[in-house]
Amino acid sequence: MKVLWANANLRLKIGLIAMVFFLVLGFLVPLIPHVNPIIYNTFPKNLKVGMGGTLLGTTALGQDIFWLMVESLRNSILIGLIVGVIGTTVGVFIGLLSGFLGGFADRALMVLTDTFVVIPSLPILILMTSLMKGQAGIPVLALTLGLFAWAWPSRQVRAMALSLKERDFIQTAWFSGEGAVQTVFTEILPFVWTWALSNFMNAVLTAIASESSLAVLGLSPANLPTLGNMIQWSRERNAILLRQWNWIGPPVLLTIVLFIALFLLITGYNDYQTKKRGR
Amino acid sequence: MKAWKFIGLRLITWALVIFIGVTFVFFIPRMFPSDPVENMISRMTALSGSMDAIQVEALRRQLRVQFGLEGTLWEQYTTYLREGLFGFNFGPSLMNYPTPVGEIIARYLPYTLFLSVTAVIIAWTLGNLIGLLAGFRKDKRLSKILEGIAITIYPVPYFIVALVLQIVFGFLLGWFPMTANIMTTADTGVFIASLLRNSLLPAISLLLVGTGWWIISMKSLSASVSEEDYVQYARYRGLSERRIGASYVLRNSILSQVTALALSLGGVFNGSLITEIIFNYPGVGKLIQQAILSSDYNMILGTITISIIAIATATLIADLIYPFIDPRIRYS
Repeated sequence: MKVLWANANLRLKIGLIAMVFFLVLGFLVPLIPHVNPIIYNTFPKNLKVGMGGTLLGTTALGQDIFWLMVESLRNSILIGLIVGVIGTTVGVFIGLLSGFLGGFADRALMVLTDTFVVIPSLPILILMTSLMKGQAGIPVLALTLGLFAWAWPSRQVRAMALSLKERDFIQTAWFSGEGAVQTVFTEILPFVWTWALSNFMNAVLTAIASESSLAVLGLSPANLPTLGNMIQWSRERNAILLRQWNWIGPPVLLTIVLFIALFLLITGYNDYQTKKRGR
Repeated sequence: MKAWKFIGLRLITWALVIFIGVTFVFFIPRMFPSDPVENMISRMTALSGSMDAIQVEALRRQLRVQFGLEGTLWEQYTTYLREGLFGFNFGPSLMNYPTPVGEIIARYLPYTLFLSVTAVIIAWTLGNLIGLLAGFRKDKRLSKILEGIAITIYPVPYFIVALVLQIVFGFLLGWFPMTANIMTTADTGVFIASLLRNSLLPAISLLLVGTGWWIISMKSLSASVSEEDYVQYARYRGLSERRIGASYVLRNSILSQVTALALSLGGVFNGSLITEIIFNYPGVGKLIQQAILSSDYNMILGTITISIIAIATATLIADLIYPFIDPRIRYS
């Protein structure tokens, strides 16, 4: 950890600090006892910042904005993390399989992958979530979003697998009697690992964005506070026209900062890895 | 001869992508327990108070035909492929009964195409030019500033950018309409003026997000091309920097950007849908939103099928252009 920090570039440092902030705000702060921000009228409506014992005031439905924001952040990150894990694991698996099997299996898998890369994901997500009628919970929503998270990584892992396959040390491993599974785990995965980590963060970003898009359509789970839903709820109640910036502002700002921070983390991490290889 | 093989392979991939995508769209609703016909009937009976059993049965049969739910799964599937995929016939729209779904989509689609195609072309051209400047002439102050802005805006989701622009330029400053209101029935001149005025803010928000990626990727591409020996050689020959940039660095790094453009179209389309909804812009995104609100399944299926065909075809076109600009490819 110390070595990482000493060699980290500015982007990576900013990204890491911001991520620690978001994780603390999303996962540790909610442990402090607080009111349930989903229940209506726990406070008087439309309180301004700092009024009535609240930090950021209340919504037009009398919900505490600060706690609503904290829970929204947690759920959004949670959805992002699950989708990231699904997309990266399945993507790496399919990519390695396709790259190493070759032949017909490879071609069939690639046609399927290309389809998922090319077809617009949002309309199909809309179709699926509109059938769920906003009843899905976090796991189902994450699974649905995960359906489109594996294709791009598997394309890239396949390309890596194709070039790794021809390297001498893989041949050596084969001929020294290592099984296919062992070869993949001990020889290939270390190469894919770095890439997978940065892809994982990217998938988290995409998933949070997709969930917000569905929320704008009113298709995210109905009573689940997420950053997208919180923005949508405030929009539905005309928070813009009524200039309730303490309601619509926090989730918008939080989303912007979260996305820029994650992006800095990804590019910073990639640069760090490139430099490390160069040393 | 080999040219035909290349085109043939691309066409097969194109057909396969559409086929798999559309098959997927057909089977998803049938995997869910929710039955659109029963939903409609329960809503109707709730509205009208009471209906007698014979009426309900007749209605059920009629609705099943309209939703394409009559017959075995295989029959439904082939009917959907024949009617929907080849005939663009998705049955009547339920929210605008009995206007056919295809006719309504045909009315909304041009707006989405106008918005997204313009945004994609401008973003791609502008982004690559700025990226070229940033990668080829790293010292330029302007390119650094533009790159900084791009990196800041690029990761932010489309709808947040649209929302912020709407609040700042639509509501607070009042420079542009907050929600689109295009005078479709007015004279051509008035129509075009209102179209441009209402499309500007949605287009800018698509541009802001879209340009960022092209700047970032073009910068790294042109930076690595600039290190090549042939660029150094061109310098020794005394060619101007402008000439080197345009005919050596640009030509060699733009190639992979064309492939990337083809692969990015799906994402741009997603962004366009959301942007339309935020600005109430009368495109396919708005149509999908209305269809969801009124549970118009024929319309949802229709718009999604058309979207898949449109994106796959746009990708095919971008793919087919590639060999014309890359002299190294000899269709092998």
